[in-house]
Amino acid sequence: MVGSIAAIGAGLAVIGAGIGIGQVGGKAMEGIARQPEAASKIQTAMIIAAALVEGVALFGVVVALLGNNVGA
Amino acid sequence: MYFNCIFNFKKISLSAVFALFFAFFTLQAQAQDSIDSASSVEKMVVKEDHPEHHEEKFDPTVTILEHISDTHDWHLWGHTSIHLPVILYTPAGLEFFSSGNFLNEHHESVDYTGKYNTYRNEEEHIRVIGADGKVDEQASAKVIDFSITKNVAALFIAVFIILVMFIGVAKTYKKRVGKAPKGFQSVVEPFIVFVRDDIARPNIGYKYERFMPLLLTIFFFIWINNLLGLIPIFPGGANVTGNIAVTFVLSAMVLIVVNVKGNKYYWSHIFKPDVPFWLLPIMWVVEIIGIISKPFALMIRLFANITAGHIIVLSLISLIFIFKTLAIAPVSIAFVLFMDVLELLVAFLQAFIFTMLTALFIGSAVEEHH
Repeated sequence: MVGSIAAIGAGLAVIGAGIGIGQVGGKAMEGIARQPEAASKIQTAMIIAAALVEGVALFGVVVALLGNNVGA
Repeated sequence: MYFNCIFNFKKISLSAVFALFFAFFTLQAQAQDSIDSASSVEKMVVKEDHPEHHEEKFDPTVTILEHISDTHDWHLWGHTSIHLPVILYTPAGLEFFSSGNFLNEHHESVDYTGKYNTYRNEEEHIRVIGADGKVDEQASAKVIDFSITKNVAALFIAVFIILVMFIGVAKTYKKRVGKAPKGFQSVVEPFIVFVRDDIARPNIGYKYERFMPLLLTIFFFIWINNLLGLIPIFPGGANVTGNIAVTFVLSAMVLIVVNVKGNKYYWSHIFKPDVPFWLLPIMWVVEIIGIISKPFALMIRLFANITAGHIIVLSLISLIFIFKTLAIAPVSIAFVLFMDVLELLVAFLQAFIFTMLTALFIGSAVEEHH
């Protein structure tokens, strides 16, 4: 039971990260389409933002993993 | 086209609703599952009367956690493994023996009597065994394990590779001043220039030079360990950057460097921010949490990314053993190949992100006031 709730937590964290990284990537694409000459700068900023979003999601995943192991 | 924002909003709310729906759905399924497993346990007990039907059940969770965790011997294949040395600091003195002593000739785990105590390898934690044959918790707590474990050995291999690479390249640079790069030098140079021009200079500013050794070390250490972790056979396969202790030390170094090199503007921003005086106590707390949480996020990000990659690859391989058929193997291998290619990208990306954010933090700490 604890394992399944931890899995739900990990899944919810992944949904958040998916929406976040999707937004970051989509907006970066729009930006590059408008200003192709700024592509490299936008890419760098995009990767940093994506990493920050992902980091928060990974907190959720780690907590879920720990909850799983401690509960079992 | 300007209705995009409405569509976006709908999509987000839709996905949230779906998430909740699936959450309850899985809860129910799990509840049913536990009832099923209760009855299947009874069936298993019945089955055990016929020894020919008895088969060891494959538990993917245990197998996967075993593979990503640190061990005292380096498993090669079948019953062959490299027995790494065990070094224990006990109150009585140092113990030094091979971890092969924990296995008898039938590859079953046994206790080993050292110079001072009897030891048992309990899920890779070395515990002291008392006279009654049970684990002596008090004595076990006093023993400190300094063993060369699989991760430590992999760390030594990675450090050896890095040293061979860079001492050689550094020598060629000294010999060939002002000439075009040659041989291995031309492999390494683009990456060093990349770290300098795309990571250090834009984020730190004109003072970037004195931080180049740190950034290059972090970058190549993480990258080479990530790549070695992707190799399934002997020199690789250890989960070094997916070990929270390793990433903790890396991010602790970043914490120290950022705060030692922080100039007066950095510290005045923390202790004398431009806010009404009654807000100051709150700001101090927030800023100090900010100092700690930045390297903490670095630690968790690297650890979780690499561990998650290993877990996905191992669970895809576990599919073969869960379904107990060779027919699933092509599917499994195709997915593993896909994931491994993705992990190659992640290995580079994580080294890049870690170095980039380190440079960013250093940059904000050494920035001049303007």
